[in-house]
Amino acid sequence: MYPDTMQESLRRVAATRPERLRLAREKGSKHVFPAMNADERAVVLREFHPDFNEKARRKVRVGPNAGEEITTEVADLLEAWPRVSPDHFDLAKPDIETDVLIIGGGSAGCSAALLAEEQGAKVLLITKLRLGDSNSVMAQGGIQAAVNPTDSPATHYLDVLGGGHFQNKPELVEALTLDGPKVIQWLIDLGVIFDSWPDGRLVTHHGGGTSRKRMLSCRDYSGSGILRVLRDEVECRSENIRLMEFTPAVELIRDADGTVAGAVVQNFETDEYFVIKAGATILTTGGLGRLHTQGFPTSNHYGATCDGVVLGYRAGAKTIFMDSVQYHPTGAVFPEQIVGFLVTEKVRGLGGQPLNIDGELFVFPLEPRDVEASAIIRECRGREKGLLTPSGQVGVWLDSPIIDELHGPGTIEKELPAMVRQFNRFNIDITKEPMLIFPTLHFQNGGLDVNPDCETTLPGLYAAGEVQGGTHGRNRLMGNSQLEITVFGRRAGIAAARYALERRGRSTPLTMEHVFAYCRELEQAGIDRSRIAPILLPDYLPEHVKAKRYAAGMPADVRT
Amino acid sequence: MQETTNPDGMVSVMIMGKRYQVPASATIINAFEYAGYQLKRGVGCREGYCGACAAVFRLPGDYKLHTGLACQTVVADGMLIAQFPFVPTSKPAYDITALEPSLVTFKRLYPEVFRCLACNTCTKACPQDINVMDYINAVERADLAAAADISYDCIRCGLCALRCPAEIGQFNVALLAQRLFARYVAPRPENLINRVAQVESGEFVAPIEELKSLDTERLRERYYARDIEEG
Repeated sequence: MYPDTMQESLRRVAATRPERLRLAREKGSKHVFPAMNADERAVVLREFHPDFNEKARRKVRVGPNAGEEITTEVADLLEAWPRVSPDHFDLAKPDIETDVLIIGGGSAGCSAALLAEEQGAKVLLITKLRLGDSNSVMAQGGIQAAVNPTDSPATHYLDVLGGGHFQNKPELVEALTLDGPKVIQWLIDLGVIFDSWPDGRLVTHHGGGTSRKRMLSCRDYSGSGILRVLRDEVECRSENIRLMEFTPAVELIRDADGTVAGAVVQNFETDEYFVIKAGATILTTGGLGRLHTQGFPTSNHYGATCDGVVLGYRAGAKTIFMDSVQYHPTGAVFPEQIVGFLVTEKVRGLGGQPLNIDGELFVFPLEPRDVEASAIIRECRGREKGLLTPSGQVGVWLDSPIIDELHGPGTIEKELPAMVRQFNRFNIDITKEPMLIFPTLHFQNGGLDVNPDCETTLPGLYAAGEVQGGTHGRNRLMGNSQLEITVFGRRAGIAAARYALERRGRSTPLTMEHVFAYCRELEQAGIDRSRIAPILLPDYLPEHVKAKRYAAGMPADVRT
Repeated sequence: MQETTNPDGMVSVMIMGKRYQVPASATIINAFEYAGYQLKRGVGCREGYCGACAAVFRLPGDYKLHTGLACQTVVADGMLIAQFPFVPTSKPAYDITALEPSLVTFKRLYPEVFRCLACNTCTKACPQDINVMDYINAVERADLAAAADISYDCIRCGLCALRCPAEIGQFNVALLAQRLFARYVAPRPENLINRVAQVESGEFVAPIEELKSLDTERLRERYYARDIEEG
């Protein structure tokens, strides 16, 4: 139920709907509002995108990218001390040995595990929380793949590059778009049910920045629909894929040749640490939403704390585009229990429209995400045409009822069951009333620098999925993360397994000297030792509890 | 110290039997965190997609044991809350490429399905409002299309299995039905099959190489000149 203060604006939304509907029907939904040209995009990004805020970035002082501007909250984590001293560990006696160690249990980690296993490798998959706890499971709208005769991987390629402002690494985009259709076939053969027409052809929708309808979907449970199958398959292959849940990695280990050769991991519940020796190591740890950059709410999983970039960077791997964060245009802002929750782009893919307090459409609904988000921020902060919620948030409407008017009654319930359910829980019927939205922190655009085989700049270390950088430049399009995690998860699994199998039987001594070297850099830069990373979990402890917590024991300087 | 009356905007809840005052607008997850817990189990995506936070609770003057997702359920004054950190179910390993999409498979892997008492407790327990019993019944009739369709929005929180008097692990049965349906029963996607063949023939290598050879200015021209499919 929306409060009384919003009722007048809701009436305006209803009043403008017939005319907006007429325009969409007569001219087609791509003509409801003019799309921006290159100059208009540049202006709205510069003036309103959060990445351009003066405090958004700062120079990082240590590590392989020292001197580069990166996202401030990420720089804070890279300029941080280890969780545990390497001195504790006898590296000559690893607790576990494996061919391939995979750190992270989302769709990239599961895909990597399956493909590494198929190469004949013994795989150890560790994950900080449960298998499947990841941003992968939360993806709603879909996965891109050029499957229609009117489309092609080359067309997909151009859309990705334009969305990323032509800064993407071309060879990664090539791999993404060319592998796409084959990966969808692989997923179907494993048992993923994509939305399809009665004759079996896959249903496709538009997403922001797509020139062809290319978005495949599993209702609006796309990430869940894919991941539940991948993790089930991982569990079915337990003979060769060993799984350890509630086991975060806290440091990477190298060998005397400089190759990454495993990790120190923690039993998250008993606080024991273990040394794992691996022929190859794959990071599939996901992104950074729980860093809440610039105080933004996030659509991300509880575990999205940038661990993989921290681990890889400290071991010596370079990052790319770590100055760029994605704010999804449509996060919920009302009611307060769901602030920051994702409202899938599929709403706009189906014809949903963002509207200001006067019920006016103010932007083409399917601009690339950074442009769309910036336009929404401009409408609220620049033009003051947003609505204020009782908890002090500002937002604009996302008109969903128009979808049923455009495509027939029942479309919303069929295509967007998760959204209907989400808002129904708070007594808002999105088939009859719009949602109130504002951009939410959504995706780590950059990450560890990789090639199409997911090799980082460090031998033996691979990265796949959100933790990898380069595919999307500084702006990802909808549906390309689900594709990235599966395409590059598979590639990482294959490449890492081959690398590890070649190295079977070699016995180069393990070392963590790189950690001490990094600590010396921290010391020189004057970094406070209380700053520790990876953080593993966000700190949501309220002040009233913190004020009542004290360290155990009697400190030396206390009166006796 | 515990206050005896609630300040404005606060309610009292019992977290695992212990009383805390928390904001009235809090979800169960928010209530745990407001009380001072740092959760590792019983928390996940926090948006209703991952099924990590199955919770049960009772309300004052109500005999019923309610079920819900802790991230999606708002607290109420006097609520008694417990969470499930883990749902034990037995899931056999199988080779999906070697299974038959028929009753034989379910009889072998999940024989408990056929112990269903039709009590509907699973359906009442489901925080997604899925008709759980209906999909179990669909499996019993070997109607995989119906089972996959009805169970589609399952997020595997496990509340159905915890409440089932016939000891069925419904959410695992659902996943097997979905996988068998996609692999063996659903009609083949002609657009995809044709496209995969084209990719494998190398048809798209040259067009992408051509794009890769363009400088940014040329790419920009192509991009802004591209036609957008009506939709």
